[in-house]
Amino acid sequence: MTDPKIQIENVSYEYEGARALRNITLDIAPQRITVFFGPAGGGKTTLLRLINRLNDLAEGTKMTGRIRLDGQDIYASSADVTTLRRKVGMVFALPLPLPGTIRENVIYGPKLAGVRAARQLDEIVERSLRQAALWDEVHERLDAPANALSGGQQQRLCIARSLALEPQVLLLDEPTSGLDPLSTNKVETALQEMKKNYTIIIIPHSVQQAARLADYAAFFLQGELIEYRAGREIFTTPRDQRTEDYVTGRFG
Amino acid sequence: MSERANWNEFLIGAVIRVIGFSTIGFVILIFFFLLQQGAPALTQTSPGEFLGTRWYPTLELYGMLPLLLGSLLVTATAIVIALPLGVATAVYVREVAPSWAREILKPLIEVLAGIPSVVLGFFGMTMLAPFLRETLNLPTGLTAFTGALILAYMALPTMTSVAEDALDAVPKSYRDAALAMGATRWQTIWRVSVPAARTGIMTAVMLGIGRAMGETMVVLMVTGNAARMPTTWNSLFLPVRTMTATIAAEMGEVAAGSAHYHVLFFIGILLFVITFMINLAAAPAILAKRRRGGLR
Repeated sequence: MTDPKIQIENVSYEYEGARALRNITLDIAPQRITVFFGPAGGGKTTLLRLINRLNDLAEGTKMTGRIRLDGQDIYASSADVTTLRRKVGMVFALPLPLPGTIRENVIYGPKLAGVRAARQLDEIVERSLRQAALWDEVHERLDAPANALSGGQQQRLCIARSLALEPQVLLLDEPTSGLDPLSTNKVETALQEMKKNYTIIIIPHSVQQAARLADYAAFFLQGELIEYRAGREIFTTPRDQRTEDYVTGRFG
Repeated sequence: MSERANWNEFLIGAVIRVIGFSTIGFVILIFFFLLQQGAPALTQTSPGEFLGTRWYPTLELYGMLPLLLGSLLVTATAIVIALPLGVATAVYVREVAPSWAREILKPLIEVLAGIPSVVLGFFGMTMLAPFLRETLNLPTGLTAFTGALILAYMALPTMTSVAEDALDAVPKSYRDAALAMGATRWQTIWRVSVPAARTGIMTAVMLGIGRAMGETMVVLMVTGNAARMPTTWNSLFLPVRTMTATIAAEMGEVAAGSAHYHVLFFIGILLFVITFMINLAAAPAILAKRRRGGLR
């Protein structure tokens, strides 16, 4: 692996006394798709949220260990959480357009970041929507309300919204869990295209999707990282019995 | 046995139905009573006279404009004061305060709503009015502004509580989405949470207006009750008289069946119509909030 984009070192996380993550250590490769998979409650989402510090406001939690982005500790007191979140975008399981039009949704982040020039905003809208493979479907009705789009379009809009900030890393938490196979396919194709420019970490909603997307795959079980391997090996020749049981559908 | 159970079912159902309909029935009866007692005012005195600027019942002058404008002035000022405070309090309680502070503040705010208005009126008369008179160098402390301050305080708990519920109903994922896009906490609150809760906040404003408009005891005690037209720039700091205070103050002394008596009821109808229209205006917001069960 070339220099890792993100280094997760000995991260443990407690939520109201319960251990959600135990001593997780793994490196995330740049411009690849890394998949976090495993049964529910394994700590995948928690780890994902820790990478852009979304759990900062949660009460009764305790985190130990270190997460570095490009070698910089993102939890250091000198680190700025807003800057971090602009570098590390996040897409959630439910497509959640903010109230407003398609265009307003895309330029929401850039506007917060202080971009004002109309031409620049127009460019951002087109580029982001193209990257999220949504431009062709919506370019004639950018001023239509975002929640008039179909579920799959809404989710790609949310991806576009994250891309509008030109992040370096994109985190996706089951982005296709509410979508039909056709829409899922479109999102996956967009992701394959996007990895040329972005580092992507995704929690897939099925083992099959994990296998389709993974350049690297990490298997989580009850807060522990069981196995972390390159490419598809983990799905064809898993080393750990628990991984094998899960990918062959014996549990989960 | 089962026949008896059926009979019981029927009886209980019938009783509940009667009780339920009777509450609606009473409202309708009250409205008809108001109409019946107020309508003669339209024939006994010419309706054009109601738009006069002088309210001197002893001279048979029943100009309601000073009362109407008095109510509007006090209510509008109260809302202007209460809205930012109410929303800010709601934002603090819901978005900023740590959970222990929220646990203390929420019930405390609801207790405030239970303070009898006469107590607040008394406080306004003995503490606030003299204070305003001295600090603002006014001829009297019993002014529209004094009333508006107390009314704002009275509307605050309801408005805060409703606005807070509205903020609470904003899906957590909206906040996550905004934060994940690099919005600061402040930007998330003012550009996502509050706009998303705006229907609820409008409802809070409407409820506040309704409360302030209908409130009687406080305005009777602290606004000075001079039925003058509040049309000069300093009217806010002079006594006014509201519609509610007029009814409360004069109904006890008026001869039943006289023109004055019917006019007072007519003011009651006017109040009823105004509050009804306010509620009507708030209805779409309230209904929209109810419809918004899911995310889409």
